[in-house]
Amino acid sequence: MIEAVETYPRLAEAAAALARGGARFMAGGTVAMRDANYGRFGAPRLVRTTDPAFRALSAQGDRIEIGAGATLAQVLESRELAALHPVARLVGGPAVREAATVGGNLFAPHPYGDFAAALLALGAVARLAEGREMPLADLFAQRDRVGLVASLSLQRPRRGEFGFRKLSRVKPKGVSVLSVAVKAPGAPSRVSGAAIAFAGMGPHPLRAAAAERALEGARRDHAGVAAACAAAAEGLSPPDDPLASAWYRAEVAGVQLRRCLLEDMA
Amino acid sequence: MTKTPVQFRLNGMAAATFADPGANLLDVMRRGLGDLSAKYGCGQGTCGACTVLIDGRPRLACLTLAEEVEGRDVQSPGGIAGEALHPLQEAFMEHFAAQCGYCTPGMIAAAKALLDRNPRPDRDEVIEALSGNICRCTGYEPIVEAVLTAAARLSGSNVAGGWR
Repeated sequence: MIEAVETYPRLAEAAAALARGGARFMAGGTVAMRDANYGRFGAPRLVRTTDPAFRALSAQGDRIEIGAGATLAQVLESRELAALHPVARLVGGPAVREAATVGGNLFAPHPYGDFAAALLALGAVARLAEGREMPLADLFAQRDRVGLVASLSLQRPRRGEFGFRKLSRVKPKGVSVLSVAVKAPGAPSRVSGAAIAFAGMGPHPLRAAAAERALEGARRDHAGVAAACAAAAEGLSPPDDPLASAWYRAEVAGVQLRRCLLEDMA
Repeated sequence: MTKTPVQFRLNGMAAATFADPGANLLDVMRRGLGDLSAKYGCGQGTCGACTVLIDGRPRLACLTLAEEVEGRDVQSPGGIAGEALHPLQEAFMEHFAAQCGYCTPGMIAAAKALLDRNPRPDRDEVIEALSGNICRCTGYEPIVEAVLTAAARLSGSNVAGGWR
């Protein structure tokens, strides 16, 4: 049961309050309030911040900085983040997007956290409240103990080099069976340095290393991407859950990757 | 456990109450202030039955910490009608867009948020705007038609209804 709500005007103060223990941070509330409603918040103190810097979006050249408290509705209203609009649009309905934050998505357990897969594919780096920077792959590996994320920094993808696809069973919106995000520089002639990230294919968003290797140097056409799609699930450990079996996820991962590469990046 | 005083504007009127730590806006409105128009459906952001407008933007009251609305303007589905029914409410009646009716307040709140920002939405935009609201009677077509009808009336007339 929550015994106290602590609201701090500065993120650093909220981080210090969290560090004292016995507290859980709440950004937008789409996960934390659900847990509070169901009596499983897990800490006696709820910590939040009203720091405007925590919600700020800024761009300098090709580099974009997203405050971890920025909402997905803010993402959709930002021209700088146009490449991420198709991703944000697939998260919940408008009311959820008004609350759901970019930073919160990094910590959202499966079947949520699709936006985080897109950030992983785009090579985003998290800046922690303590000042340290951390690539998302490292953050995901220790996200239960990493502390408070202040912002994310990423390079704006060029037109046609980023794609995203979410598979769900309910239309137009439903929770994710899996999602795949691809950044494929050099496409469509010869892919070089591709990053492929899946959500729903492991305990947190993961890069598909085998598929990335198979895509290196390939043409982005049916024949060129075939090897990468065949290797899509290699090295990943999709879960069995009521949404889909691990077998199903492994079977369709390559199909979704192919559609993403051939249809969503055009 | 200390309750927190929360003051905001609810449907244009000053509202003040005390919230338990971690209480959500829906509880505060329904139990604390007696506004029963937003419904409790799932408590986890899946159904949209508790949709309200906070500073004109759609939000799920069940996922909104009560303290978050301090000093802000909240419009519940019950506050959408003025002296007359809002054109959305009229259109919902005309199109038989309510079956059991439990989702209707949330649908109307979500639709109002859309029309306030985009007075002439197309069908896809209406569907997108309502995509977070579930009707388990599955009567979606009349709902979409009702919103399109209300949009046409609102954008094509200067009806004085007194709604907010």
